Amino acid sequence: MDWPVLSILIFQPLIGALFVCLVRGDQELVATNVKAVGLWSTGITFLLACFLWTQFDATVSNFQFLEERTWIPSLGISYLLGIDGISIIFIILTSFLSFICILSSWEVITDRVREYMVGFLLLETMILGAFCALDTVLFYMFFEGLLIPMFIIIGIWGGPGRIRATLKFFLYTLAGSVLFLLAILLLYLEAGSSSIPVLMRNEFAFSFQIWLWLLVFASFAVKIPMWPFHTWLPEAHVEAPTAGSVILAGVLLKLGAYGFIRFSLPMFPDATAYFTPFVFILSVIAIIYTSLVALVQEDMKKLIAYSSVAHMGFVTIGLFSLTIQGVEGAVVIMLSHGLVSASLFLSVGVLYDRTHSRLIKDYGGLVDKMPVYAFALMVFSLGAIGLPGTSGFVGEMLVLVGVFPISTWTALFAGFGVVLGAAYMLWLYKRVIFGENTMERIGALSDLGVRERCIFIPLVVAILLIGVYPRPVLNTMHLSVEKLLLLSQPSLQVKKISLVK
Amino acid sequence: MVFACIFLPLFASLLVALFGRSLGKKGAQAVTCVSIVLSAGISCWVLATAINNGTVHSVQLFEWIESGSFSASWGIYIDSLSALMIFIVTSVSALVHIYSIGYMNNDPHVPRFMCYLSLFTFSMLILVTSNNFIQLFFGWEGVGLCSYLLIGFWCRKESANTAALKAFLVNRVGDLGLILGIATIFMVFGTIEFANVFRLAPEVSGQRISLFGFSCDPITVICLLLFFGAMGKSAQIGLHTWLADAMEGPTPVSALIHAATMVTAGVFLVARCSPLFELSEVALLVVTLVGGLTAFMAGSIALVQVDIKRVVAYSTCSQLGYMFFACGLSAYSAAIFHLFTHAFFKALLFLGAGSVIHALSGEQDMRKMGGVWRLIPATYGMMLIGSWALIGLPPFSGYFSKDLILESAYSSSTWAGTLVFWLGIAVVAMTAFYTAKVILMSFHGKFGEDEKVFARIHESPKSMMIPLFFLAIGAVGAGYFGLGMVEGNNLFWGNALYVSDSHAGIKFVHHSPVWVKLLPVIVSLGGLVSCWLLFSKYRVRFIHYLNRLTFVRQLLVKKWFFDYLYDVALTNFLKRVGYGLWRAIDESVIDALGPQGVADVVLRTSKRLSQGQTGYIYHYAFVMIIGVACLLSFYALWGAVI
Repeated sequence: MDWPVLSILIFQPLIGALFVCLVRGDQELVATNVKAVGLWSTGITFLLACFLWTQFDATVSNFQFLEERTWIPSLGISYLLGIDGISIIFIILTSFLSFICILSSWEVITDRVREYMVGFLLLETMILGAFCALDTVLFYMFFEGLLIPMFIIIGIWGGPGRIRATLKFFLYTLAGSVLFLLAILLLYLEAGSSSIPVLMRNEFAFSFQIWLWLLVFASFAVKIPMWPFHTWLPEAHVEAPTAGSVILAGVLLKLGAYGFIRFSLPMFPDATAYFTPFVFILSVIAIIYTSLVALVQEDMKKLIAYSSVAHMGFVTIGLFSLTIQGVEGAVVIMLSHGLVSASLFLSVGVLYDRTHSRLIKDYGGLVDKMPVYAFALMVFSLGAIGLPGTSGFVGEMLVLVGVFPISTWTALFAGFGVVLGAAYMLWLYKRVIFGENTMERIGALSDLGVRERCIFIPLVVAILLIGVYPRPVLNTMHLSVEKLLLLSQPSLQVKKISLVK
Repeated sequence: MVFACIFLPLFASLLVALFGRSLGKKGAQAVTCVSIVLSAGISCWVLATAINNGTVHSVQLFEWIESGSFSASWGIYIDSLSALMIFIVTSVSALVHIYSIGYMNNDPHVPRFMCYLSLFTFSMLILVTSNNFIQLFFGWEGVGLCSYLLIGFWCRKESANTAALKAFLVNRVGDLGLILGIATIFMVFGTIEFANVFRLAPEVSGQRISLFGFSCDPITVICLLLFFGAMGKSAQIGLHTWLADAMEGPTPVSALIHAATMVTAGVFLVARCSPLFELSEVALLVVTLVGGLTAFMAGSIALVQVDIKRVVAYSTCSQLGYMFFACGLSAYSAAIFHLFTHAFFKALLFLGAGSVIHALSGEQDMRKMGGVWRLIPATYGMMLIGSWALIGLPPFSGYFSKDLILESAYSSSTWAGTLVFWLGIAVVAMTAFYTAKVILMSFHGKFGEDEKVFARIHESPKSMMIPLFFLAIGAVGAGYFGLGMVEGNNLFWGNALYVSDSHAGIKFVHHSPVWVKLLPVIVSLGGLVSCWLLFSKYRVRFIHYLNRLTFVRQLLVKKWFFDYLYDVALTNFLKRVGYGLWRAIDESVIDALGPQGVADVVLRTSKRLSQGQTGYIYHYAFVMIIGVACLLSFYALWGAVI
């Protein structure tokens, strides 16, 4: 490839951010222009990502669009980019959601618009960079760097308790990441390279793998988040602005699971096999525990935040099942959850914009006033439940089918999550949408406007389309997943001591 | 042609969903009704082809989910079983669509209603024409969703919303069984296509696999899991509580979804998987016992209900029990025969009840009805036909199918068969009793409500009466038509239903003694007489005797305590657990040790450290001196050690 496509993709939003900084004029003009620049910038990035997908060769399992430049030659650390069939899905998701986010903040953010846009565009660059990076140091830089704009977005444009929440979020995830940095250093000292493809092929000693696996796990488990490292998430969500929640739930959580895919599974296959029961137990607890907690939440955003933890439990189960159905199902769940949870947070945002309340008890009988909204929310809820015909089903079914031969108990308990998921989602829907309308601020309720419809229609279409015809997504990743599984085979000796079966 | 039959309802539904506002009420009614009637017309052709040629029609559309060796595709598979189901679904659905024109006339949301009905019909057709388990599950959940939407159609009513939620969740519990069943099937067979699974089943039978830490027979596990799913959808004991509450929905919905079609999906599933069930004696036994128990329990609860729709709902539950124990005794064709006749007479009963409710301005409580048979004679006549068919008196359709089931139970000569035979006989008596009660309470006697309602009583419009008329024809004639299905050595079924040679099925029904054939009729007459006693001059003494049975009465009125158990033991318990986990564990323990703890430690440490930044030179100088002193002494000691 002659053009450095990935670099262009990654730094495109950054160029947009530069333009945003250059905009001059009175405050109103700046706000309008800045938004326009943001929209164009993210739009072009999305188109680029789609273009990348059309150019992506799904018949090859290697990393594609490779770019390599020397960065720190004395240490052999290079600027190495490349994508496979798994990361391209996340790249498309990220660019799509970023575009939606800019659109959704159009009228909501009136204060410090310029800084907000810069923050968002920077965030997009960092996330895309993390998904493209094939060098551990480069990955770490992007992976940690994205905390800064996220920290600022929650800390400035968030709710009343934003400072506390954002500190908690920042410090806790950073604490996990320090261990990850340690892991990177140890890997470098052991293998003498920081390139991910090289490290994947390296065979480490079992005891070394165990320690490294734990270090890496600490960082990613916080990010995903797995039980019991999840409590930063509800608070961060509640305080974050709508668009912040969308990116947080839609993309950031996936970075943790992506970390498992890139590091834990292929680099430490023996340790992975050793710890699989442990991960299964944590995931099952996460699914049932957080579903029950979600059931009794009074704040809509908190409910959705807890449900995210439950969904990510399915993801970790799928990944560690190490079957092709399980891993592909996990990736589809991540894609689906990216769309669904983003949609749900946007839906809550729509209500919050109108009435400035997120409490469930403040709502009721919205279907009369907002029929289009009620329909959209129904589709999103069904997607979250995983009804056949929505994207959620494809993922959940594949994960259950994949994990069933590995551990029947895990599949059974994860299945309870399917029932509980329907309970909290539909109960929420019933209390908000159905019933008698008893709201005081009923006059403030109006159905979705043109801009909001432009946001919701693509999401509804995407969720249903992936549900009925997921083949393009699955075909893109088949070979990459097979390669991943090949690398993740534990050695025979470890298979014996593994507790599974 | 087959495509048109299946996709016309979807097309109508989408059209109304997208352009409902511009189509208006009349437009929406016209579009959906015409589509479904066309679809029903084609279904006759499909059924006729299946009967005459016995051919299996199979089309693959495109791949749906494909991952490794797991592959599910969209396809259409038609054999005689699905052809018959298509016929039942589309014909009842068409009549219900037409009926709804009159019944829902004053509702402001007619387009939405018609859209849901058509969508339901499509989902049901997808369910019965599927060629693999995943697509079946798609239809399975699709009908569940439509049922949810339609039960909660009057979404301002709190009770309707609760009932809808309950229906969805109870079904979801059953679905868990189905999902795990499908996962087990894939694990054991490596495929989820019906044809391949059934072909491989005899080879797998007898093997052992390890599931849940036990070594078990894979076929038995699969069958039990699938049957658990069927129990949810078909409201069998334990998972039946949603069906009676589902009566909160509009009556046409009850007729179509909760009597004729959706609730029979479980029976369809068991019949479809007969090649699997035949290989597992344990699973068949469970099916038999659950079916028999449900028939008895639901029949007994129906005795004391006073809401006209709830009586019919429990009766549905009870009749589904008949179908299941027939399946359990390998009399699949008898079960499907009963499903077929039941669809017509139960839809007739529901729509007739709807007509009564319509006439009485929305009254459903039978205690407030009575003495109206002269005012609405046509409805009365239809209800009588439906009731006779339900009780199973000759020459109505229910007689043929129910008798066949009871005779096959008797002739199976197993202990389970004998047990459910006697349970079934008891249910016959109860059926006769509550059916007669419905007729006597709502049509005879004295009117129980005020004069204003009485003055407004009127016969229903033609759009409601014509469907009733057609259903009445079905309720009378389905028996004769259906006899062809169960006689003549299974020519009709082809390979759709499989009965192992070691099982009796319906082979020996002709050898059963005369008293077995007569007993149901005698018993049902007994039930009728005792009900008549309750409403005659012996009423007082009769009630006096009944009141002595306090415990039984309590048991029945409280619906065998299932609802109580689930509300208190399950729903409230789970909510309390959730609340406890949230407040006590999540916020107090995990958060305090985790994120909050880390944040606190960092903040506290930094505050401490920042206190050191006093800005006084002598503070800094003092710290420096101490540091230097420490370093020097360390080196001095270090040197000494070495």
